[in-house]
Amino acid sequence: MSEDGAVHGLRRGGAPLTAILPGAPQLLAGRWGAGTVALLVWLGSWWVLIARRHSLADVWAAGWDGPLAITTLLGALVSCWVWSLRDTLGPGGHRDVSVGQWGLACRAFSKNRTAVVGLIVIVGLYYVALITPLVTPADPSAQGNLLTERFLPLSAAHRLGTDQYGRDVLARLLYGARISLTIGFVAVGISVSIGTLVGATAGYLGGIADAVIMRFVDMIISFPRLILLVTIVAVFDRSIFLIVVVLGLTLWPGTARIVRGEVLSLREREFVQAARALGYSTRRIILRHIIPNALAPVIVAATLGIGNTIVLEAGLSFLGLGVAGTPSWGSMVAEGRGDLLNAWWLATFPGLAIVFTVLSFNLVGDGLRDALDPRLRT
Amino acid sequence: MVKYLLYRLVAAVPLVLGISTIIFFVMSAAPGDMVDIMIRPGMTAEVAEQLRANHGLGQPIVVRYVRWMVDTLRGDFGYSVLHGRPVLDIIRSHLPRTLILSLTALAVAFFSGIVLGTIQAIRQYSWLDSGLSVVLLFFYSMPSFWLAYMLILTFSLFARNVWEWPMWFPAAGMLGTDHEGLSFVARVADRMRFMVLPTLSLSLVLTAGIARYMRGSMLEVVRQDFVRTARAKGLPERAVVFKHALRNALLPVITLLGLYIPVLFSGTVIIEKVFAWPGMGTLLIQAIEARDYMLVMGASFFFALMVIVGNLIADVLYAVVDPRIRYE
Repeated sequence: MSEDGAVHGLRRGGAPLTAILPGAPQLLAGRWGAGTVALLVWLGSWWVLIARRHSLADVWAAGWDGPLAITTLLGALVSCWVWSLRDTLGPGGHRDVSVGQWGLACRAFSKNRTAVVGLIVIVGLYYVALITPLVTPADPSAQGNLLTERFLPLSAAHRLGTDQYGRDVLARLLYGARISLTIGFVAVGISVSIGTLVGATAGYLGGIADAVIMRFVDMIISFPRLILLVTIVAVFDRSIFLIVVVLGLTLWPGTARIVRGEVLSLREREFVQAARALGYSTRRIILRHIIPNALAPVIVAATLGIGNTIVLEAGLSFLGLGVAGTPSWGSMVAEGRGDLLNAWWLATFPGLAIVFTVLSFNLVGDGLRDALDPRLRT
Repeated sequence: MVKYLLYRLVAAVPLVLGISTIIFFVMSAAPGDMVDIMIRPGMTAEVAEQLRANHGLGQPIVVRYVRWMVDTLRGDFGYSVLHGRPVLDIIRSHLPRTLILSLTALAVAFFSGIVLGTIQAIRQYSWLDSGLSVVLLFFYSMPSFWLAYMLILTFSLFARNVWEWPMWFPAAGMLGTDHEGLSFVARVADRMRFMVLPTLSLSLVLTAGIARYMRGSMLEVVRQDFVRTARAKGLPERAVVFKHALRNALLPVITLLGLYIPVLFSGTVIIEKVFAWPGMGTLLIQAIEARDYMLVMGASFFFALMVIVGNLIADVLYAVVDPRIRYE
């Protein structure tokens, strides 16, 4: 492969001068994807830093997210550089070393172009969500002059216009991303942990425990999830904590069902029998031997589940049952619905943000499914 | 078959009751009760207490649960404070409206999903296939309420007010204001016009999922030996695709029916809110907002019931389509 040859050539020659600019050596070596991403992140982060140099002190002093934003930005700059240098200088030939299951899956995944694009978009979204205080054009809750600054269409000052209180839509969109992205990630984290444990236990133990657990799982899965969520969320105070926990607690049965199916087939395999013959405890067999081998479909389901959860959270916010007091994409659509005709941008852009985020998660999920299935690997 | 269905029906009873039980305890654990909603200015504390006693709210939760369960099993769903009518009465008027909307959407989704998926599979790797894949993935990633507003924006508001198209669709409601005075044909047309946008918003997301599944299923079948045999014996391509491949590819898609029914009803709740469609979803949301517990319990009970019936229908369909399946 000519690509590899070029990289090896670079490696032999030591660090080229171009390595000052992360991504440049990769671009010169013909690796367009990695090079462009590294270069864009590097230049973009510098641009934010320079454009905001006067307000850095203010951002640093503002709450918990200011310092976090600045640290993340600097961290991204440093890691771009480190990655690029190590990529050009690092020990050559590591590609020839034998790789495990996960390495193979990684390789298959990186060949799937749309999935890689989805992954880049997701990482970019989380990055922007972390450095929001640095990139936001305005305070998301600062109201403008109600006479002159309501419903302004898209312009240079307000790139996505303003809403009925004269607030900047882009700023609200950026802050709303935090709610969607956090909730999706944490809720799926909760549901995957519970679902994996419960599913593995049910599948491994079998018998009455299995029957009881799976009847409960069937019950939750077959009931419309949004209706369950609406009834639970509506009657309590809607903190982000409650919403995340309730979303997580209603999602785990899906994971449990998948894991149980995997475990049922794993349970009879030789390596599990060997572990049993060695006298390992049930706990150890489930945690150390069964769960790691049942993870692949769980990872796929989790990735698709994040997208799903973001849509559900948006639906809850739309019904007025989202996190109280914070802008979120769903509630922004709901707020804009009364002014569709005179301010179409209010409901349109938050929805587009949801679509592209969820689309990226779906692309990555599909890519993972193909990459983790050995039968589909070429 | 009948035996199997009866067994499934009996197995479904704990499912419906289980869901109702969860919702009962959640509602009971919530701060505040329905008397809080009924309190008017000037009402004394004694009267409020009296009301609580009348509704049996003072009793321990276990007693209330058993009483509620016994009543429900006897078909008595209680009395709605919000509407001042028996719960069953209200549901009887709202249920058909939800059913007509969701069943139409389900039919549209399955029909279009199957057609699109088949087209994609037949023309695998063509621009049509990849183009449809991209478009469908977009719809698949869309929140249905946003899609609904975009449809309203385009086919109702802009079509009517800005572009002045001759044809536009109403953005809310179920019937035109002049519905009563119309002839029969015009009435049907009126109803259908009001159903276009809600149906589309509900079904497009499902269509995308079904088409994706159908494409995969069709591709799997096309690779099998009996399809090659059909081609080899000189059958026209049309017959191969529609008589041999399609029928077999449809089997796994029917299992989606059971899977999508809960998704469909989740969607109905939101879409009914968007289009001010006076169905079960709107009823449930109103009931929750008003803390009208009996109505919430009743409505979710019927949602669970609809899911069960839907799953049973899916089972029957599966047995009808696939003669190999015998339920013993």
